[in-house]
Amino acid sequence: MASLKDLRTRISSVKATQKITKAMQMVAAAKLRRAQMAAEAARPYAERMGSVLANVAGGMKGSGPALLAGNGKDQVHLLVVCTAERGLCGAFNSSIVRLARERIYALQSQGKTVKILCVGKKGWDQLRRQFNAQIIDLIDLRSVRNLAFSDADIIAKKIIALFDAGEFDVATLFFSRFRSVIAQIPTAQQIIPAQIEGGAATASAYEYEPGEDDILATLLPRNISVQVFRSLLENAASEQGARMSSMDNATRNAGEMIKKQTIVYNRTRQAQITKELIEIISGAEAL
Amino acid sequence: MAAFYFELVSPEKLLFTGNVEAVGVPGSDGDFTVMKDHAPVMTTMRPGIIDVNESGAKSVRLFVRGGFADVSTKGLTILAEQAIPLDQLKADDIAREIKNAEEDLADAANEDARTKAQERLDQMRELKAALGI
Repeated sequence: MASLKDLRTRISSVKATQKITKAMQMVAAAKLRRAQMAAEAARPYAERMGSVLANVAGGMKGSGPALLAGNGKDQVHLLVVCTAERGLCGAFNSSIVRLARERIYALQSQGKTVKILCVGKKGWDQLRRQFNAQIIDLIDLRSVRNLAFSDADIIAKKIIALFDAGEFDVATLFFSRFRSVIAQIPTAQQIIPAQIEGGAATASAYEYEPGEDDILATLLPRNISVQVFRSLLENAASEQGARMSSMDNATRNAGEMIKKQTIVYNRTRQAQITKELIEIISGAEAL
Repeated sequence: MAAFYFELVSPEKLLFTGNVEAVGVPGSDGDFTVMKDHAPVMTTMRPGIIDVNESGAKSVRLFVRGGFADVSTKGLTILAEQAIPLDQLKADDIAREIKNAEEDLADAANEDARTKAQERLDQMRELKAALGI
């Protein structure tokens, strides 16, 4: 039986935890709004980019450059796993990692070579236990406060440099799409060779300035940056959403625990008082 | 004058959308103005000024750091790398761009990169002169 003092410490410690989770929830809610706005603001660009790319690709003769058509092989896969830099956000990180892990096993059983590029420390923490040999790099975004396009550009440049060096044949991006505060959908998206959304459009007679090839040569790397940027923004919003709902749960749990502990505390106190009274009365009677 | 649909988007946000009368675009092979029923064209842009003529005398000028312009039957879409309204553009920004271009030129490893960096530097200097800042 725990003493009254023990119970009191336990209650106050749960109260302190509840204060922290409550604060984290509110911070996440504030950050979520900003992240969500950023993700929504970036959507038009990605969409227009997709339709422009579809236009150009549709009007093109031949197979086009390697970033669009692939290099003809399908042996080495690069998995770009984007996760958060911080934990305490429910199953957010692990669900992305789980999706990536399933893909890795599937690819390995087909005899393909897998390489992993981690963006964000939490995914790296989880993946390196099993796939340390396959991880080629970790990109840390911890120092980045406001996600800018240039951050995504750096990652995209790295991926393209690896592709040009013949390090891999197919690249897939793993991130969490933001649906709502309670629903974040882990998603895999192939970026090299580029996937044209909605199929190649039948383009009207376009004129290209400078040449078609020159435009594609700038458009395709740009498209990869845009896709990376979009996935990072979606991830940021998802992370805050996941954190908000998991911290909300934690706060509620702490509240319940406090209620239960308080009842136990009151009962114990009452029992002790009764016991002391009985002792006094029986002592007086004995006299 | 007849109006057509125009959109200006940067990676961070949608900057402009609506019907306009004419848009001056700094294409990489030369400036051109898009009006209603312009033939479909797809072009890259060099750093320069976009001149949006909404209606009558009202016009907006923005600085872009390059990107793509896509004229289709539906209208004009500009995918800008970065776009800043001219009245918010500071001399420092241009100076920084010029400095970056100079550094790129110094770092250029091969002939191709050097040509590209030189081109960019020239474009930025031209722009600075044109703006008179």
